[in-house]
Amino acid sequence: MSKIRHLISIDDLSRQDIEYILKKADNFVEVAKGKKSLKILSGKILANLFFEPSTRTRMSFETAMKRLGGDVINLGSLEATSLAKGESLADTLRVVQQYADCIVLRHQREGSARFASQICSVPVINAGDGAGQHPTQTLLDLYTIRMEAKLKNLKIAMVGDLKYSRTVHSLIKALALFNAEIYLVSPELLKLPEEILEVDARFIESDLKTAIDEVDVLYVTRIQKERFPDEEEYRKVAGSYKITSDMIEGKDVVVMHPLPRVDEIAYDVDRLKNAVYFKQAFYGVPVRMAILSEVMS
Amino acid sequence: MNVLTVSKIREGTVIDHITAGKALEVLKIIGIKSGSKERVSMAMNVESRKMGKKDIVKVEGKFIGDEELNRISLIAPRATINIIKEFEIIRKFNVSLPREVEGIIRCPNQNCMSNDEKEPVKSFFRIEEEDGRVIARCEYCGKKVYDIGRFLV
Repeated sequence: MSKIRHLISIDDLSRQDIEYILKKADNFVEVAKGKKSLKILSGKILANLFFEPSTRTRMSFETAMKRLGGDVINLGSLEATSLAKGESLADTLRVVQQYADCIVLRHQREGSARFASQICSVPVINAGDGAGQHPTQTLLDLYTIRMEAKLKNLKIAMVGDLKYSRTVHSLIKALALFNAEIYLVSPELLKLPEEILEVDARFIESDLKTAIDEVDVLYVTRIQKERFPDEEEYRKVAGSYKITSDMIEGKDVVVMHPLPRVDEIAYDVDRLKNAVYFKQAFYGVPVRMAILSEVMS
Repeated sequence: MNVLTVSKIREGTVIDHITAGKALEVLKIIGIKSGSKERVSMAMNVESRKMGKKDIVKVEGKFIGDEELNRISLIAPRATINIIKEFEIIRKFNVSLPREVEGIIRCPNQNCMSNDEKEPVKSFFRIEEEDGRVIARCEYCGKKVYDIGRFLV
């Protein structure tokens, strides 16, 4: 595979590229837990440019960088920056690249990370561009599947909002490279868009109960209230896609969620070994370590 | 008898076999707009043996580059180009699809980076064929444009 310079879209990666990053992440699991020291990015500085809110992505990049001996600079609140004075994104990037060895960017405009990669001389990692791409989330999802279930001959159910969830769309595209069988469990209003159904994968429409019996992984997403015409309709639908402990206890299925959850997974599921969503958040660290060390080496 | 409604030109570029009704878009795509100095004649919906009806554009005194001319294929894939000198055709060719185009298509996605007027960015589209249709895919947001003529800058 060719060296990865920027990470902008999961579509830019081949199956070999993905496998390479996931394998590389294996080397960093103990470091991410703080049990092993590996200061391979000592002396390097990462610039976290988050123009939109983020908790997990921003903090896990920061943790990944610091655990590898590097340092992090942050944009801070937007009101306190020159953007508030009307500076363009291009000029902000051209300035920030003078201070850092790598830029992690989250911005509200689709294509902003691609644009940044064209004008920056340092590597750019896309941490979410509007409704577009969020490739490090997809990679950590794949890593979780590989660690907690299996990537080969995988059966996975996508549950909840399949229409608007960019996480689901990107994951489906990546799973197509691994010949996964994908069960689709969603209310009529939130079905997977046609353009994603065109991806070369095996899709099976299913109800939740059947899916739980058939699949290795349940990938649950939040159903947002504002997608429904009225609150009653929302409650009815949201209730029928809620995962509770009695539905999965003792079954050979793991439950993933990109978080934050609202009430689509009951708290009593957390104690079961099936629940891997907090581990999933942890795996974001070794995966991002693999990416940071790859683009800055 | 059919009478040719556009006279011959001494020197310049003739774009023939344009899909009927697309001549104005062709002018746009080769950069001829209100205020342009070239002498241009145009015929729309004239009879054609090959196509039933077609449009023709003649630009006098100007030799348009192949790259610009090939962009015409985005909206009129059967168009033919005749380069004229002293009333004679000195070169004739069919337009062929460009692999990519910069700055001539506007992305329909309002939230696309290429639509941010504050930024120094030009639209950039990769051209693909899908089930026999020509489509343009935005390099920035990935949006596919099927009706390219509607989104010319």
